[in-house]
Amino acid sequence: MKIIKHTGLVLFIIALTIFTGTLFTGSFGLTKAEVEEYVTAQGYKSEVITEALEKAVSTEKELSIFEFSNRVRDAYQASNDHYDNLIAKYDAEKNWDKKGEQYQYKIYGKPHTLSYNLAKNAGSGYVKENAGLMWWLTFGLGIIGALLFILPNFILLGAPGIKNDGVFHKAATNRGWIAWLVLFYLVTFYLLLYFKADYVVNWTYILDPISEFLNGGKASQWFVYGFLYCTIMTVMAVRMFIKYRHNKYQILRTTSVLFFQIVFAFLIPEIMTSLNMPGYDFKNAFPLDYDFFFEWNIEKLTESGAVGLFILVWGTILTLVIVPLMVYFFGKRWYCSWVCGCGGLAETLGDPYRQLSDKSLKSWKLERWVIHSVLVFSVLMTVVTLYCYFSGAESFLGIHSQWIKDTYSFLIGAWFAGVIGTGFYPIFGNRVWCRFGCPLAAYLGLVQRFKSRFRITTNGGQCISCGNCSTYCEMGIDVRAYAQKGENIVRSSCVGCGVCSAVCPRGVLKLENDSMDGRINPTEVLLGNDVNLLDLLNKK
Amino acid sequence: MEHIVIIGNGISGVTLARHIRKNSNKKITIVSAETDYFFSRTALMYVYMGHMKFEHTQPYENWFWEKNRIELKKGFVQTIETHSKTLHFAKGDTLQYDKLILATGSKPNKFGWPGQDLDGVQGLYNKQDLDTLEQNAPNNKVCNRAVIVGGGLIGIEFAEMLVSRKIPVTFLVRESSFWNGVLPEGESEMISRHIKTHHIDLRLSTNLKEIKADENGRVKSIIIEETGEEINCNVVGLTAGVTPNIDFIKKSNIETDKGVLVNRKLETSVPDVYAIGDCAQQREAIGNRRPIEAVWYTGRMMGETLAQTICGNPMEYNPGHWFNSAKFMDIEYQTYGWVFGERNRPDYEKHFHWIHKDDNKCITIAYHKDTKLFLGINTFGIRMRHEFFDNVLTKKWTVDKVIEHLSAANFDPEFYKLHEKDIVTQFNSETGSAISLSKKSWRKIFA
Repeated sequence: MKIIKHTGLVLFIIALTIFTGTLFTGSFGLTKAEVEEYVTAQGYKSEVITEALEKAVSTEKELSIFEFSNRVRDAYQASNDHYDNLIAKYDAEKNWDKKGEQYQYKIYGKPHTLSYNLAKNAGSGYVKENAGLMWWLTFGLGIIGALLFILPNFILLGAPGIKNDGVFHKAATNRGWIAWLVLFYLVTFYLLLYFKADYVVNWTYILDPISEFLNGGKASQWFVYGFLYCTIMTVMAVRMFIKYRHNKYQILRTTSVLFFQIVFAFLIPEIMTSLNMPGYDFKNAFPLDYDFFFEWNIEKLTESGAVGLFILVWGTILTLVIVPLMVYFFGKRWYCSWVCGCGGLAETLGDPYRQLSDKSLKSWKLERWVIHSVLVFSVLMTVVTLYCYFSGAESFLGIHSQWIKDTYSFLIGAWFAGVIGTGFYPIFGNRVWCRFGCPLAAYLGLVQRFKSRFRITTNGGQCISCGNCSTYCEMGIDVRAYAQKGENIVRSSCVGCGVCSAVCPRGVLKLENDSMDGRINPTEVLLGNDVNLLDLLNKK
Repeated sequence: MEHIVIIGNGISGVTLARHIRKNSNKKITIVSAETDYFFSRTALMYVYMGHMKFEHTQPYENWFWEKNRIELKKGFVQTIETHSKTLHFAKGDTLQYDKLILATGSKPNKFGWPGQDLDGVQGLYNKQDLDTLEQNAPNNKVCNRAVIVGGGLIGIEFAEMLVSRKIPVTFLVRESSFWNGVLPEGESEMISRHIKTHHIDLRLSTNLKEIKADENGRVKSIIIEETGEEINCNVVGLTAGVTPNIDFIKKSNIETDKGVLVNRKLETSVPDVYAIGDCAQQREAIGNRRPIEAVWYTGRMMGETLAQTICGNPMEYNPGHWFNSAKFMDIEYQTYGWVFGERNRPDYEKHFHWIHKDDNKCITIAYHKDTKLFLGINTFGIRMRHEFFDNVLTKKWTVDKVIEHLSAANFDPEFYKLHEKDIVTQFNSETGSAISLSKKSWRKIFA
C-alpha cells in the first residue's frame, strides 16, 4: 500500500514537471501574410503596427514564447508611442484637429493579452503537434498519480472515522517547507494565468482537441483553467469520499459541489458557446459574478435574443430572490458548500488546509471590515456602471465607470479571489477568499445572521472544550467558544461545511434548520446543572 | 476589595473565576504550577496525535485574562496557613487571600507495583505527562512497544494515541471485558472487539505484577501476574484511574479523606476555604453519583454554583440528571440517566439492548422492571440529544414513551441512516408491545 502511494506521488510529480516544462517548449512566429491577416481581422487602424509586428515575429529565428511575447509587446508599444509622439507634437502646435485624429490609431488592451492572441496562432512544436500524447503525460499521468496516492488511504486510514493523525506533524499541512513550495507554485500559476496568459499558451495547445470537441473552438487560457479546476476537484473529491466515508453529509455535499462545477460551471457554458449562445454559469450569482452588470455583458446578453434575456432575468432573480430565500430555509451553506465553485475548490483541493485558518478575535474583526468593504465596493461599482450604462455618462458620483471596473477586476477579481484566495491555501487555510473577500458570502452572511432557520445546535452540557471544532473550522470561527457555553452557533460567516460536527468527539454539534425561535440562545449556565440555578440565571 | 485565590487553572477553577468576574468586582488570582494558561486536559491526546497544536487546546486567547482582570500566578503551593490566610510557595514567596478555593484536580493512581517509578513509566494526565510521552515515545523506533495498565477511559485514549504513531500496544485490563464495571455486557464486549480491530494487543482479566528495569534504570519489560509472561516494552502507561491531587493540602488543617471533604455548599471544614472539581469529596454522595466525580462537566458545574455563593447568593451544589460522553477509538459514547453494568446493577433495573449488525453501534436502555419508568440510556455510535433526555428524566417518562419518541432524540448529522425503526421493532418483539414510532419533533413534544 505504501509503495503504491509513493509510486503515485512520483508519477504525479513527473506529470507536474512535464506540465510545467511544456511552458518552455515550442517556437513562435508568423509569416507576413499571417500578420497582415491578423491586423486586418482586428481592425487596427494604426499604419505602423503591421510593419512593427512583421519585423518582430516574421523572422527566421526560432522564438521562445517569452521572446515572442517581448517582441510583440515592444511592437505594440512602438506603434502606440508613435501616435503618442504625434499627439504631443500636435498638442504643442495647438493643432487640435490633427491631434484628435491620432487617437483612433492607438491600440488598447493589456500587452500580455494582445501578445496572447497572436501567440495562440503562432506556436508550433512538439506539444502542439502531439496534444493527445501530451494530455496523457500531463493530465492523464497526474490524475493516475494522484489517485494512486489517494486510493490506498481506503486501507491505510483504517476503519471509517475521523482520521486527522499527524496533520500538525506534516510539512505539507502545518506550514512547513512543502506548504511554502505549494504556495509558490499556486501563486505563480495565478499570476501567469491572470496577468501573463501568453506565457502559458502552450497549455492551451494540450487542450485544443477537447475544447474543439466541446465548443468547436480552440482552448483559451480560461478553458485550461476551467478544465484544470474540474480535474482537480474531481480527484480531490475522491480524497473527500474516502476520508469522510462514514459521514453521509460530507459525501452528499462533496458530490453536489462537484456536480455543479462540472455541469453548471463547465459543461453548460461550453455547450451554450457551441450553440452560438452566450456561455453562462447559471449558478454563479452576482456579486460573486461581479461583471454580470457590466455594459459588455448586458449588451452581449440583450443581443442574443430570448436566451440572453432569460439569463439577464434569471441572474437578477437569482441574486434578489432565490439566494436569500434559500438562505432563509437552509443557511448560506446551500450555496457556499453545496453549489459554489470557489467553495467547491476550497472543500476539495483546500480540505487538507482547513485547520490553518486564524481563529483569533482580531482576525474576526478584520474579516468583518474587509468582507463588508468588498460588498460595498462591488455594489458601488455596479451602481456606477449601471447609471453610466443607462445615462450614457462616463462617471457617477465622481467615480469614473471604467476606472472602478478595472480597479475591482484587478484588486478583487484577480488578486483577492485568485492569487491570494487560492494561492495562499497552504498557509492561511482554504477559505481566505470566502471569509475575507467574497461579496456574495457577505450578502448571504447578513441574511443568515438575521433571518434564517439555520444554526449549529450545541448539545446541552456535553462539550469538553477540546477545540477540535475550532481547529478544523475553515472559516476561522471559534466554534468552541459557543459550544462550551451551551450556545448555538449562529454566525454570518458559517458556510455549513459540517466538519465541526464531524470532528467533535462527543457528539456536541449538529447543523440544523428549524424555527427561528430560540435559535440564538445565550446562556449563563449549561444544561445539567441545578434546575433552580439554570432558571435563576438564564431567565434573569 | 475581597481577594479570591483559586489554586488550579483547570475547568473548575477557571469557570469559577469567570463567573465571579461576571457577578462582581472582586480581585481574582488563579495559581497554577502546571501551565501559564488554561487548557483543555481532555484534548492533550489530540496534540500527541497531531490533530491539534497545544495552543489549540486553550479555550481563551492570552489577552482574555488581563482583560477580565483575572490574575495568573505560576507557582507551586507548598503549604496553606488557614489562620493567617496565607499561601506559601515552593520558591519562598507568599500570597494572602480572603477566600481560598481548592481546585487542584487529580493525579494518576499508582498501586505500589514494583518499578512503578522507573523512567519510561508514566501516567497521562497533565501537560508534563504529554511532554514526557513525546520524549519517551516519539515514534516506533524509539518505542518498540508500549504497555498500558488499566482499562478505563484514559487507558483506551492512551492506547489510541500510541497507535496513531504506529507504536505496538499491549493493553492490560483487570476486568474480563473492557470497562465492564461501568458498561453493561453487550456494550463492553462490542468495545473490546473494536479495540482489537485496531490491532491493539488487548489482554483481559490480566494484572500487572512488576515492571523491570534495564541497567540504566529505564523500563525494559513487564511481568504479568497470572501467567508470569514477560513483555518487552519501552513505555508503561499507568491509567488505573485517578485520585485527588491533595498531598500539600493534607498537611494543613483542612479536613480531607480521599479528597477534600466538602458539604453541599462546597465549603471545607475551614471557613472561607472551598473545594471544587476532581479534588472535592462530598461528605455524602448525591443521588447515585460518587462522592468524588472526576468528570469535566461536574467540575464546571461546581464552579458555576460556587461563584453564586461567593458573590453573595448562597447556593448548594445540586447537579441535575447524570450524563456523560466519551469516545472509544472510532465509536462515540453518550449516556443520559443511569445505566449500570452487571456489578452495580440494582435488582429493579431491566435492560433493553440493541446492536447494529456492523458491530459499531448499539444502545442500552435501562428501565424499572415493574413501573416501566425510564432510568437511562447508553448509546454507542449514535448521537442523542441531551435536552431530550433531560426532559424525559425530569418528566419521568416510561420506557414505552421514550421508545415511541426515539426519533426525536436523534442528534446525528443530517442524512445519516437512522435506526429507530429497527430498535422499535426489536423492542416490540422482545417485550410484546405494539409501539409505533412517532414522527413528532422534540420541540413539539415538550412544547
